[in-house]
Amino acid sequence: MALVLNEEQLMLKESAAGFLAEKASVAQLRALRDSGSERGFSDDVWREMVEMGWSGIAIPEAFGGLGYGYTGLGLLLEQAGRNLSASPLQSTVLVAASLIGELGSVQQKEQLLSAISSGDKLLSLALQESAHHAPLRTALSAKAQGDDYVLDGEKILVLDAAAADTFIVIARTAGEPGDEQGLSAFLVDAGTDGLRIEARSMVDSRSAGALCLENVRVPAGNLLGEAGAAWQGLTRALDIANIGLAAELLGLSTEAFERTNAYLKERRQFGRVIGSFQGLQHRAAQMFAELELARSIVLQALHAVDNGEPELALQASAAKAKLCEVAQRVTNEAIQMHGGIGMTDEHEIGFFIKRARMAQHLFGDYNYHLDRFAQLNGF
Amino acid sequence: MSDLEQFRQDTRAWLEENCPESMRVPVRGFEDLYSGGRNPEIAHPDQKLWCDRMAERGWTVPHWPKAYGGGGLSNEEVKVLSQEMSRIGARRALESFGISMLGPALLQFGSEEQKLDHLPKIVRGEIRWCQGYSEPNAGSDLASLATKAEDKGDHYVINGQKIWTSYADKADWIFCLVRTDNSGSKHEGISFVLFDMDQPGVTVRPIKLISGNSPFCETFFDNAIADKKNLVGEAGNGWTIAKYLLTHEREMISGFGAAPKQSVGQLALETVGSDASGRLANSALRQNIAQYQLDTMVFGATMARVGDEAKAGQGLGAASSIFKYYGTELNKRRNELNLAVRGEQALGWEGEVYHGGNLSRDWLRSKGNSIEGGTSEVQLNIIAKRVLGLPDA
Repeated sequence: MALVLNEEQLMLKESAAGFLAEKASVAQLRALRDSGSERGFSDDVWREMVEMGWSGIAIPEAFGGLGYGYTGLGLLLEQAGRNLSASPLQSTVLVAASLIGELGSVQQKEQLLSAISSGDKLLSLALQESAHHAPLRTALSAKAQGDDYVLDGEKILVLDAAAADTFIVIARTAGEPGDEQGLSAFLVDAGTDGLRIEARSMVDSRSAGALCLENVRVPAGNLLGEAGAAWQGLTRALDIANIGLAAELLGLSTEAFERTNAYLKERRQFGRVIGSFQGLQHRAAQMFAELELARSIVLQALHAVDNGEPELALQASAAKAKLCEVAQRVTNEAIQMHGGIGMTDEHEIGFFIKRARMAQHLFGDYNYHLDRFAQLNGF
Repeated sequence: MSDLEQFRQDTRAWLEENCPESMRVPVRGFEDLYSGGRNPEIAHPDQKLWCDRMAERGWTVPHWPKAYGGGGLSNEEVKVLSQEMSRIGARRALESFGISMLGPALLQFGSEEQKLDHLPKIVRGEIRWCQGYSEPNAGSDLASLATKAEDKGDHYVINGQKIWTSYADKADWIFCLVRTDNSGSKHEGISFVLFDMDQPGVTVRPIKLISGNSPFCETFFDNAIADKKNLVGEAGNGWTIAKYLLTHEREMISGFGAAPKQSVGQLALETVGSDASGRLANSALRQNIAQYQLDTMVFGATMARVGDEAKAGQGLGAASSIFKYYGTELNKRRNELNLAVRGEQALGWEGEVYHGGNLSRDWLRSKGNSIEGGTSEVQLNIIAKRVLGLPDA
């Protein structure tokens, strides 16, 4: 597959850009934040996204999706990044659907992927337990009791926690933190006895929360895949998730850069526009070059998912590490080049640096993925 | 069997028969590259034989039209030829500025007579070319060049000086930017002429670099003569050709940024060692190498993407400037890491134990990558102004 967008993809990109700029812009994110929205996104806008087929964009047609693949979903996430659009695209469409696709039985896929495609169900992965992404360190325990499992432990940074109907909880049915064997994935409905959902206020104004599980009893049928054998599928789903987040960071960084470049042509000091100063011009040119390079690795990684390439881990860590690096540089420069106005809450540029750091952190930041990239390269 | 498969089999058989064993061993360095010319530098007697055999089929420049001595091969056939050569480790038979620089310019801007006159000699490696661009006072600001060409009816008389002329001391002819008119702006009045270096009015003096080598020269013109039939394009339109070739040159130089065969990380495992978990023993070095390899991978993806976009008729603005800037910076990083990874071995200057100081000399030579063909700073200016639309000071 050539590293270019085809006609269908270009049209999708155009229509997504238009829709999100009108319905899910930075101004809408600010309004959601200021209104204290618990769900963190607009249900009306999400409903429209579902009607356009976005909820099932990467889901195969057999399970009610559009079958556009991850390159298609990546285009949506890139545009969502440009507009900082709040929606369950990340929690449900990118992460949960990928994990179900990796681990679920045919029956589970039919049921859950169809429910995601139709917009009937929101699902979210509950994985992280400490301040850093460390999936192998998972300690939340699940003990078999008769035909049930009983889950005990805590999860944090669960996306769209307030809105999710069902959580996919990663738990340990065997082994010790650090072991690949013994990790399992359980479907836990939001209303289950013993599950407490705690909303947390995060820097990006998006809805995330913590889960507290005390004696949560679920039937063995709620296992996604085999007991104790979730690691491989989880790893692949996390690779896909990181590639999707890289696409979001690409859109976010491109937009932050373009806004900054426009400001350089508008702001006057010393009797001329500040964009005429070479000290700023070269930094802008370097960022532009970095963004062009970043675009290539994101596209290559999305294609790797759609082509079912075996070296997905390398592509995922390369894309995520690079986009973390570029997003950090561009958002920091965006604030600096906007000067005092960039420090105010009134100006929108601050929303970009806040969401950037959250998307960077999710499922492993720059340091995590650069280290993994070196390991995968054998050194 | 498809035509292409037939071509592959024929090519394989021909290469097996005609490529000398000595030309199937990897090149050790620049000294093993064959560039032809009236007085060719020969590291091995088979070099000329190999070049002559390949040139007879036009395969030294397989993609040029047969009418000009080239192989007349399609893109697919060129790829097959290159794959079959790689298969047996065959060296490129001929590498020259004639092939990489002048040829493309003549194909684009030259007259039919000029193409017929010069291209076949490039294919056969008979004439070696050099490029006369920079002057002592026209480096980054190339358009301010002052070497003067006076119109004498059927020829030009040329006076002035060029500098950084690559391999001028080994070249037979020069393609040269000269000023034929002073009346307009500095970009006007520049002309692109070709002339023989073997004449009394031309003097060449090699420049010794920090690497100890002398790939560049100063070239002096004192009433040198250029026949008017060797003016390429129209008089005063040379800047267009110069820009075309600079773009071409940038893409060539940025190719230095491609990933090396053995990864730096693998090499470091051998020289620095690993800890119990298999990680490189020095974590600071490990991070530096990981960052470099990541950027190399991303650069490779970008080369592929821009190639695909060009085929699809889409284009990245100022792509050559991005490539030149990024590729040369990457190559400098690779050389610095080479020094870090090999330690004392990379600091030797002469002698067998240091392979003649190859590593230290390559490292020093790489510093010029971000200067020649337009400095990194000039590339950033081009991106800022032409792509980002930022105004002049």
